[in-house]
Amino acid sequence: MKASEVGYAKPASLPEVFALLEKNEDARLLAGGQSLIAGLNMRLSNPTLLIDINGIAGLNTITESGGTIRIGALTRHLDLGASPLIAAKLPLIAKAVPHIAHMAIRNRGTIGGSLALSDPATELPACCLALNATMTAASSKGERKIPVKTFFKGLFETDLKQNEVLTAIEIPLPAAGSLSGFSELVRRHGDYAIVGLAAQGVRKGSSWSQLNLSYFGVGDHPVLAANASEALLADKSMADAQAVLASDLSPSEDAENSAATKLHFARVLLGRVVASMS
Amino acid sequence: MNRQATNLERNITLTVNGERVTRSVAARMHLVDFLRETLGLTGSHLGCEHGVCGACTIRVDGLTVRGCLMLAVQADGATVETIEGLTDSSKAADLQEEFLNRNALQCGYCTPGMLMTAVELLDRNAKPTREEIRDAISGNYCRCTGYHAIVDAIETVAKSRSSKKGTAS
Ligand SMILES: Cc1cc2nc3c(=O)[nH]c(=O)nc-3n(C[C@H](O)[C@H](O)[C@H](O)COP(=O)(O)OP(=O)(O)OC[C@H]3O[C@@H](n4cnc5c(N)ncnc54)[C@H](O)[C@@H]3O)c2cc1C
Ligand code: FES
Ligand code: FES
Repeated sequence: MKASEVGYAKPASLPEVFALLEKNEDARLLAGGQSLIAGLNMRLSNPTLLIDINGIAGLNTITESGGTIRIGALTRHLDLGASPLIAAKLPLIAKAVPHIAHMAIRNRGTIGGSLALSDPATELPACCLALNATMTAASSKGERKIPVKTFFKGLFETDLKQNEVLTAIEIPLPAAGSLSGFSELVRRHGDYAIVGLAAQGVRKGSSWSQLNLSYFGVGDHPVLAANASEALLADKSMADAQAVLASDLSPSEDAENSAATKLHFARVLLGRVVASMS
Repeated sequence: MNRQATNLERNITLTVNGERVTRSVAARMHLVDFLRETLGLTGSHLGCEHGVCGACTIRVDGLTVRGCLMLAVQADGATVETIEGLTDSSKAADLQEEFLNRNALQCGYCTPGMLMTAVELLDRNAKPTREEIRDAISGNYCRCTGYHAIVDAIETVAKSRSSKKGTAS
């Protein structure tokens, strides 16, 4: 299908973006366009104005300072996956990126678009939760920091307001020796995940001293499996941790998989991902 | 008010297959409609128009993109390469020949996008494994061939390119 009539503006600065957002209540920001333009073509959304933020300088850099990695919202999946800084300091993200869609989509899609959209079956929101990220939202009123735990509000719903632009994602450097693991189950390579797990943790000898198990595809947004991680932190067996996952996750069925199947997949991933973290 | 003043339409200037073109386009028009309908370059195909099938794959500023997921207005100032330009440049002549030899195309609908993807893969990874080839073409649907012949063709070209390089150096 074809998109219906829409206006287009490509401002060169954030203040211009804020002004346009304030003047046009149903305007939409256009980042990579890999979800937005698909939605326009299918006429799932009908904004009057697209505000292309690709002309704004400085939104696509990845930097490290004071124990934090700052990823500009316009950083494309391709550049995130190829960044030596990300590979060295946030290997969880480097492991996740190849699972996002296909090459041509990774060439344009951005981390900011992915987080702002908050598709429940996607990788980067789950990584941000596992890594305890903080989002920076900017508007004409200034900047606001949103901790990841309050950022995701519901299905395709975040704490971002209509007049705000997500400008950066800040991630504290994981503790020295911190381990990461990532896996997802899909029917075909590049598909949205049926169930996925992004994990980050610290192990001393054979015991975990810290463990974030961030699941996606099992709810309206990524969720931390607190009881399963507590079981592993208390040196319980993997089977015990897999058993208590039922109290952490309540997946709903989709067209192909029942809720019970998804829970089973989540248990399988727990075993695989934790075993891979060494 | 006219359409340019209301942002519904814009003048764009871009380079398509080495030629500079300037046109006025509606903001809602995606890049493949612009290439096909406005410029008459019908080598780029449209299947799903929502990013799933890969028939619309073209190159913008050296990287493959879904032509259906980029607006023509976004290509202002960009360099665009379609299958017509790729063919004229002979950069993919060996791939095109091997696709033919291996029966890696039947109806040919997916082929321009498949070739664009194969070119990018071999640029980034000169010696891909079969698994990596499958991975790279996972976003390009083919309803005819069953993919094996396409994987064979890309693998053969990768091997012959690197053995040529090997003997040249
Ligand atoms: C076939 C297909 C398969 C895909 N598979 C996957 C997959 O497996 N995993 C995955 O993660 N993604 C997948 N995607 C989606 C892709 O990664 C998108 O790029 C991503 O979800 C959205 O990023 P974008 O930059 O393209 O955003 P856009 O499409 O430009 O925008 C998406 C939404 O976010 C808003 N927005 C964008 N940037 C900002 C910002 N800085 N501040 C505030 N709001 C903003 C927009 O207004 C819009 O509402 C797939 C897409 C396609 C077409
Ligand atoms: S037409 Fe663009 S991906 Fe199908
Ligand atoms: S040859 Fe017909 S779709 Fe691929």
